[in-house]
Amino acid sequence: MQCPKCHAPMHTYNRNGVQIEQCSGCRGIFLDYGELEALTQLEAQWSKSVPPVPPAPQPYPAPPAPAWGAPHGGHHGGHGHYDQHGHHGHHGHKSWAHMLFSS
Amino acid sequence: MTLLPALTAKVRAAVHPDDGGAACACAAGPAPLADRPDATVVRHADTVAKAHAPDTDPAELSRRLVMAARLPDVLLPPLAPAPTPLQDRLVTFWPYGAPVDPDAPDAAPWEATGTLLAHLHRASPLDGLPPMRGPAKAARAIARLRTALRNEPHPAAGPVLTAWAGLPAWARAKAPMPGTPALCHGDLHLGQLVRHPAPDGPWRLIDVDDLGTGVPAWDLARPAAWYACGLLPPGDWTRFLGAYQRAGGPAVPATGDPWPALDVPARALTVQTAALALAKALAAGRRLDEVHQLLIDACARMAPIPHQLALERTD
Repeated sequence: MQCPKCHAPMHTYNRNGVQIEQCSGCRGIFLDYGELEALTQLEAQWSKSVPPVPPAPQPYPAPPAPAWGAPHGGHHGGHGHYDQHGHHGHHGHKSWAHMLFSS
Repeated sequence: MTLLPALTAKVRAAVHPDDGGAACACAAGPAPLADRPDATVVRHADTVAKAHAPDTDPAELSRRLVMAARLPDVLLPPLAPAPTPLQDRLVTFWPYGAPVDPDAPDAAPWEATGTLLAHLHRASPLDGLPPMRGPAKAARAIARLRTALRNEPHPAAGPVLTAWAGLPAWARAKAPMPGTPALCHGDLHLGQLVRHPAPDGPWRLIDVDDLGTGVPAWDLARPAAWYACGLLPPGDWTRFLGAYQRAGGPAVPATGDPWPALDVPARALTVQTAALALAKALAAGRRLDEVHQLLIDACARMAPIPHQLALERTD
């Protein structure tokens, strides 16, 4: 069979049971009736067999907070304030450490 | 003799009853743990003596002591069942317990605190136990702020006083507390927990001065307020609340949103803490720091917005 575009000879290849004619000159591809659909179906099956991309880890849902609470789900930057000795001490607040222990 | 030396002699005599402390050869002498207008506390060996606030009612303090003695698994039990007069004060004696390390607040026993509170709230209050004094303490903080404002106005006072005015009467100590009265601590914070026996015994609640009957959510309200204001990390809040719920604490539902129950007490504690911080800053001529500003900001958000209220009207 000759390529309808450049008239070079076409070679037949079998890809997953689908006959494909490819031109040895312009590398164009000729599909018979139904072959495009067959390829599309194959492609869909291949996608399905691939394990789905795991969803991005959801941030742990913040516990409920009142409407008058601090913005961002009731916690300030997601950390809270501990003093300079604690792991949350990004501000080094002595007054917060003091508040934890006083009336 | 002023109170501190008198109390020191008293605790030494309590530890050495044979000779009144005259021949005390303890390695460490008595050490003051606190010396404030409302309480002076001195430790010697395994004994702690506390001189209570000058206006303490002897009958009420006695009932509170008896209540603590009845719940030794929750409250540190007193060494003597009744207070002793010293000068114009009442003194109580307690075993020494190891407190939470103030330098390591993230090692705070949040689960134990939640569990202890649940057990406290589930206990039957003793007949004749006075009301829990949480709302009265909040009202006192506001009175202190108003006094400080007489000398010097402050722009942060407006939101605090407006938020206070928006609280129901019971939360301002102007009406009895609603609901089934539960046994409450009345002034919970991390300074109210000790391990007994020290250093690694089980955690117990101390300080019976505000103990009494009332709305149990008040005891959860300080951590709740800290969390709501963005100070307490959500993980610590969840550990505390979850332990309370698992232990069957009655202040909040076992599952679901606890805020319908916590809202009023947590507002009150936010206002109380903001009022005290502002009063102290005014007295010392200091500026408010960022932590205190978070409390003031929360007070400002509590104010109802008249425009929104108008929109909600359906008539």
